[in-house]
Amino acid sequence: MSKVQNGLRYSEEHEWLDVAQSPARVGVSAVAADALGDVVYLDLPEVGTEVTAGATCGEIESTKSVSDLYAPVTGTVVEVNQEAIDNPALVNEDPYGAGWLFTVEVSAEGPLLSAEEYASKNGGEL
Amino acid sequence: MTTGISTEKRTALYDQHAALGASFTDFGGWQMPLKYGSELAEHRAVRETAGLFDLSHMGEVWVTGPDAGALLDYALVGKLSAIAVGKAKYSLICAEDGGIIDDLIVYRVAEDEYLVVPNAGNAPTVAAEFEARRALFIAAGGGEGVTLRDASAETSLIAVQGPNAQDIVLALVPAGQAEAVTELKYYAAVGVEAAGIPVLLARTGYTGEDGFELFVPNERAAELWAAIRAAGEGRELVPCGLASRDSLRLEAGMPLYGNELSREVTPFEAGLGGVVALKSKEGDFVGRAALQAKKDDGAGTTSGQRLVGLRGLGRRAGRSHYPVLKDGQRVGEVTSGQPSPTLGYPVALAYVAVELSEPGTQLDVDLRGKAEPFEVVALPFYKRQK
Repeated sequence: MSKVQNGLRYSEEHEWLDVAQSPARVGVSAVAADALGDVVYLDLPEVGTEVTAGATCGEIESTKSVSDLYAPVTGTVVEVNQEAIDNPALVNEDPYGAGWLFTVEVSAEGPLLSAEEYASKNGGEL
Repeated sequence: MTTGISTEKRTALYDQHAALGASFTDFGGWQMPLKYGSELAEHRAVRETAGLFDLSHMGEVWVTGPDAGALLDYALVGKLSAIAVGKAKYSLICAEDGGIIDDLIVYRVAEDEYLVVPNAGNAPTVAAEFEARRALFIAAGGGEGVTLRDASAETSLIAVQGPNAQDIVLALVPAGQAEAVTELKYYAAVGVEAAGIPVLLARTGYTGEDGFELFVPNERAAELWAAIRAAGEGRELVPCGLASRDSLRLEAGMPLYGNELSREVTPFEAGLGGVVALKSKEGDFVGRAALQAKKDDGAGTTSGQRLVGLRGLGRRAGRSHYPVLKDGQRVGEVTSGQPSPTLGYPVALAYVAVELSEPGTQLDVDLRGKAEPFEVVALPFYKRQK
């Protein structure tokens, strides 16, 4: 079963948000990474872009499909993970670590789930 | 898939897949392994070492008797009575209007015995069509000496594909049958004992690699699967799901029913005109008049569309149903597409306007609102080095 990491919060659209770091860090859950299959291409928002909670801010392309990436918060993108862009397999290998996507200066949060809520909703394992 | 009611049937190897941690998908009414781990790793294994597939969802219809060949000539578009015993042929079953009902492989197992292998989702339709066409065949004066038996529900099919496939199969057969394996030609089949289990061993596949498909009764499928896995130890045999099967067949330029092939297209648009035996078959066959008319009317291009290969010039892949554009105008549609794991660039199959089907033609694919450049290329995308 796909791992859901404790201490993070999650959007309905399977992004995770880590506010323990500043600026906050965003990635996709292992549940999403496993469902997507091998990720082959990332289209991430550019540094300085304003993203809006619940709105699309990029795309994740796997061998099988293309999925929208949704911003879990409203704010300004501070940094994108160039290593993940160069090696999208990091999203599958380490979705909560080296496969993070971008950091954001948060101005407002969208509706987010706790790790427990997200896991019980998506059949993940804490 | 466009056909079949989703009954989520399980193959005789379902428990083996579950134990391997497979993710399952519904395909043609069957619950099939999509992948066991990384579909890219599974894809590479078939190209570089060997892959193991459960294809038990495929259908098996036996056509036997002195008039079996004549019935097949009437029911399908090819000349199946001309297949030599022990050989196989790719063919199509078409409707009266020439639309493709299914693509299938026909094995001539003995003088009076043929095995027809349709796609999973189409197997019930094909079996029913065969019954109906036998009645028409007899009514039109055809011989009655033919029996049909749909063995799909009791037959399993296991494929071993890739450069190490022959060594793995050789490890399973008795020494006296080794030569039958090494001498077995592409699109040929022979009865052998694999791990002591009688199987029909065919040198066929859907991956673009050398490989084998083993037909075995359900009750011995798990035993055979385990024996093949054991023989695959040290030969880097990797269990593979349908995700890698799809990317492998796409690289090999092979059509998939439901994507490239459907009732809406005839063999000519699909680039399969060579499968239609209009000249070599003297008698009537289902779809003949419509297919002859199609051919006479500009090599079957009356729809104005033709199936082509597209190579992406950027990094983004075209996907099924994405529009193909020329100067911003819609000129076709992608039927299958994804990044090619072997070639490292996006590949796609698409129906495009005939006048834009020549290799080298520059087109765009509408990738969710953004036009990305693609080029028409000759098929297959990938051809193995022999």
